[in-house]
Amino acid sequence: MTTVAQQPQAAASVGAEAWLRMYRQMISIRLFEEQVNDLYTRALMPGLAHLYIGEEAVAVGVCQALRPDDYITSTHRGHGHCLAKGASPDRMFAELLGKEAGYCRGKGGSMHIADPATGNLGANAIVAGSVGIATGAAFSAKRLGNGRVCVCFFGEGALGQGSLYEVMNLAQLWKLPVIYVCENNLYNEYTHFSETTAGDIMGRATAFGIPAESVDGQDVRAVYRAASQLIERARLGNGPAFLVCNTYRYHGHHVGDINREYYRSKEEEQRWKAEHDPLKLLSRWLAEQGLAAPADLERIHSEVKKEIEAAVNFAIAAPYPSPDEVEQDIYA
Amino acid sequence: MPEKGRELTFAQAIREALAEEMRRDPLVCIIGEDVAEAGTPFKVLSGLVEEFGKERVIDTPISEAGFTGLGVGAAMTGLHPVVDIMFGDFITLTMDQMVNQAAKVHYMSGGAWKVPMVMRTTLGATRRSAAQHSQSLHAWFSHVPGLKVVLPSTPYDAKGLLKTAIRDQNPVVFFEDKMMYKLKGPVPEEDYTIPFGVADVKREGEDITLVATSSMVQVALGAAAMLEESGVSAEVIDPRTTWPLDEKTLVESAKKTSRVIVLDEGYGRYGVTAELAAVIAEGAFYDLDAPVRRMGAMHVPIPFSPPLEDVTVATEQSVFEAARRLCGKS
Ligand SMILES: Cc1ncc(C[n+]2csc(CCOP(=O)(O)OP(=O)(O)O)c2C)c(N)n1
Repeated sequence: MTTVAQQPQAAASVGAEAWLRMYRQMISIRLFEEQVNDLYTRALMPGLAHLYIGEEAVAVGVCQALRPDDYITSTHRGHGHCLAKGASPDRMFAELLGKEAGYCRGKGGSMHIADPATGNLGANAIVAGSVGIATGAAFSAKRLGNGRVCVCFFGEGALGQGSLYEVMNLAQLWKLPVIYVCENNLYNEYTHFSETTAGDIMGRATAFGIPAESVDGQDVRAVYRAASQLIERARLGNGPAFLVCNTYRYHGHHVGDINREYYRSKEEEQRWKAEHDPLKLLSRWLAEQGLAAPADLERIHSEVKKEIEAAVNFAIAAPYPSPDEVEQDIYA
Repeated sequence: MPEKGRELTFAQAIREALAEEMRRDPLVCIIGEDVAEAGTPFKVLSGLVEEFGKERVIDTPISEAGFTGLGVGAAMTGLHPVVDIMFGDFITLTMDQMVNQAAKVHYMSGGAWKVPMVMRTTLGATRRSAAQHSQSLHAWFSHVPGLKVVLPSTPYDAKGLLKTAIRDQNPVVFFEDKMMYKLKGPVPEEDYTIPFGVADVKREGEDITLVATSSMVQVALGAAAMLEESGVSAEVIDPRTTWPLDEKTLVESAKKTSRVIVLDEGYGRYGVTAELAAVIAEGAFYDLDAPVRRMGAMHVPIPFSPPLEDVTVATEQSVFEAARRLCGKS
């Protein structure tokens, strides 16, 4: 297997400030998603939502290694990616509630947040639906010579889709600056990935000659380190990479998936929360290193909590689009 | 139509049809994502894996093109697969397998090979699921020679038509309105099937015909009840299959009432409503007192926001108003 050990060491030194920024972002995603769950439970949110709680370190570690003008594509479980790439919670909530102030003027909802200003090409409700778009963005970045890269986020369920392998082949043939980030949270909906995935996951990339890395997706430092190296390598013209982040979703597949015992045990869920929580892991490390005192982290927590509450209140109070908007934006 | 008696939901009727056919024919199997223990996200298949085992209720990877193609090959070589595509929007991923393979195998081989396979999937908006989980794409398959397309609108029809689909020797696509799974209706205990290509008169009337499919049948019946109160007698006809199509029943009803609205939740443009309206116009031209009116989904990707989504599909009120206008009543 190819490793990134030989690659440029862009992530070598990161100061306390950057780790605290990542901590803040992870808390922000966590509290955002807790609000989403609450909105759903209180029947204030139309449709469904797929919560990212538990997986925060993946989006944050990867997006911190990106430039603001780099691209991402996201998934049905996309709130974390969008926030980590710079979306603001108030317009995110507004979109989730179908309000005009939302990122897509209410037309997209939870599964389709898109935002050109932060390089977000769009979340996608088709499993593997964005692998072509991500590879195409890398193609144009290379052709235009603007130094951008694209990160394509997908769950391990997308490994079932043939289109992924078609674009990986193209990306390696043409040395495109795209990083395929596979978030392996162990389950495709209600089925363990071992029942749907034959062979070796990393081997799917290395068969094309694409460098592949696998990291503990609960450890934001490990994610950041690996992502930085693969992203810089792609930016320098060395082609695509494949990054598997091993992670876990704490909640159901979607907010309505409450009784999960038929596909995974409560003990398993408890174990991940107790032993592999990305926030706990980072805060413990920060304390051990003397980079942040518990009081600093508590202050961040309460600041973020206020921001999120203000954002959700903004969205609840915001107006719906007028029904005649329905026929706007079908064509450019 | 069945007598009063036992009632089942639409979902239960489908599950019962599958269970009975699987008991009758050991070659019937179900293939799809989260069909076994999960019983699909809509819980339509709950309990089947417990009775028939994982050999016959088979969970797949998220590989619609792959397992649909596998279904075609398995059907050609002795099994009777019922392929489950979770949302109708995902049929786009199966198009080559259905359109270039399944639909053509029998004809291209000069009748040598058969594809006795069923694809079950969904249609319908207003579930706040946005543009990639709300479409009604049954017109796509109705366009293709070699495929049969079924659109049940009641639990009774769902059970009888699904049994016919499973016993058919051709590829059949079976669309279920996901908003209808909890709808209850009478379903008799005894075995029955409903032939394809036979429309059902859901309600008799004199002044106007409402031809409606799938989700739109309940809307048409609601509108018909409102029309009756305002002195207009509406007939409601459900073709039940877009192909084969019972042209005769549609044309005869049009001749009787002289006014027709065609309702379908797919897009109107180049859609099912266009075909049905053309059939009626050709067959009943000299008996019509007004042009056939079409009501399909608005020609937009389905928006998420509730006030936007709600205006994209016909409602009892909008059908009521359109019918009154067509009858010159307002
Ligand atoms: C093409 C397609 N098939 C099926 C689905 C239904 N579906 C939505 S999410 C999902 C499971 C996805 O699992 P994974 O990719 O591992 O992502 P996770 O939900 O675990 O984040 C499925 C099957 C879909 N949205 N698109």
